[in-house]
Amino acid sequence: MDMIAEESTWRTKVGLAEMLRGGVIMDVTNAEQAKIAEDAGAVSVMALERVPSDIRRDGGVARMSDPEMILKIMESVTIPVMAKARIGHFAEAQVLEALGVDFIDESEVLTPADEQHHIDKHAFKVPFVCGCRDLGEALRRIGEGAAMIRTKGEAGSGNVVEAVRHMRAVIKDLHRIQTMREDELMAFAKELQAPYELIRGIHATGKLPVPNFSAGGIATPADAALMMQLGAEAVFVGSGIFKSEDPINYAKAIVKATAHYDDPKLVAEVSKGLPKAMPGLDVRQIPEAELMATRGW
Amino acid sequence: MTGSCTTAKPTRIGVLAYQGDVREHMATLEAIGVEAVRANKAEHLEGLAGLIIPGGESTTMGKLLTVFGLDEEIRARHRQGMAVFGTCAGLILMAKRIENSEQARLGLMDITAARNAFGRQIQSFETDIDAPAIGPEPMRGVFIRAPYISDVGEGVEVLARFNDRIVLARQGRLLAAAFHPELIGETRLHRYFVDIAASAP
Repeated sequence: MDMIAEESTWRTKVGLAEMLRGGVIMDVTNAEQAKIAEDAGAVSVMALERVPSDIRRDGGVARMSDPEMILKIMESVTIPVMAKARIGHFAEAQVLEALGVDFIDESEVLTPADEQHHIDKHAFKVPFVCGCRDLGEALRRIGEGAAMIRTKGEAGSGNVVEAVRHMRAVIKDLHRIQTMREDELMAFAKELQAPYELIRGIHATGKLPVPNFSAGGIATPADAALMMQLGAEAVFVGSGIFKSEDPINYAKAIVKATAHYDDPKLVAEVSKGLPKAMPGLDVRQIPEAELMATRGW
Repeated sequence: MTGSCTTAKPTRIGVLAYQGDVREHMATLEAIGVEAVRANKAEHLEGLAGLIIPGGESTTMGKLLTVFGLDEEIRARHRQGMAVFGTCAGLILMAKRIENSEQARLGLMDITAARNAFGRQIQSFETDIDAPAIGPEPMRGVFIRAPYISDVGEGVEVLARFNDRIVLARQGRLLAAAFHPELIGETRLHRYFVDIAASAP
């Protein structure tokens, strides 16, 4: 007799996120890059038509990638494949789920489709990751069903400063909740505009109910080590690999530095002799309308 | 050689700590009163009775094991008696044979692993697993892009199947599971492994 199996439970969704911890998720735009990423030791790839720095350069509306390109990448590697849908664009997410992608990133890197509502992620079998700038935003997304959170940083900037700001903001408020009295939690939930039950959960366990990764501006092995030491459980590297002067060796070096983030000698070793990293932007020089991190709430 | 051992010195178990659900394995070991050690360098293997290869991405862990030469160290320690337990990606890395793949591996156990064999992420599932050798009550198995064992050599004991597919097996001091007891606080399989590790080689 066949045993009964329950598909796509909350535990299998969050479980996949847990399996990616300590790893590097790389943006790739074709099957060849996906192979390079897998061979370098990436735990997953993000399939998209243009890396964030090119999206920033081109301007206009950035949408979900061509399904054929995503399928080719899915066929070329055995590691999980993620793809991006616009914030609030649940029909794009339905398409990505129909393609069979392993994770959907409801991403501020694309042009938002809805300025008020994010996708109801509980309604899907595929797990979602969403960006955040602080703990309140993280908990609102988890409340909607996100199985993984990533701090936003500023995508395509090659500048880690926003990633640091957002990670420190999340960690600081996690610590604050732990030191609060029980009767302070509701007021703090109101202040963060976050679900009370999730705040109570953090008070009890000391951590977020889903893994928290870092994204947006990581360009070097030392950047990855910095984010991991600040509390990221894994890193997304977007433009940082394939906009560097030597993608293969950047990919390998960032994977090694992430696995051994607390060993400065090893991070020094893998950083030696790398050619130029991707060009970076001063985030203060980016016009406000072009900032990606402020998309979504 | 199951179960009954009276250890004079405490049994230390390592968890391979490059990436994956290392923390959950450490917590499960600690829950049964076993000293757990994060292991990602050769010196961390010193004095370990057993090593757990966690869930994660098998290609990533295989690559890092090879690049840092830890694969040879683990094989050598295993030859000297260190027990090894792999879950999901750990099962794949322990297999001598992996279907349609040349990926780096430890290759310790006489089994053939089929990767992502139940489908992609949206086919990931939970179910109850009967494993009489571990205990009379079924175990909850969480299968995430899981492999199964498509073939076993002589001397490999099949401990559990799910719909005719082998999902738990043992060969002497080697134990491999296609699912994740560590994700749900299931301690019996870890207890079973610690008993293997603590017994005389």
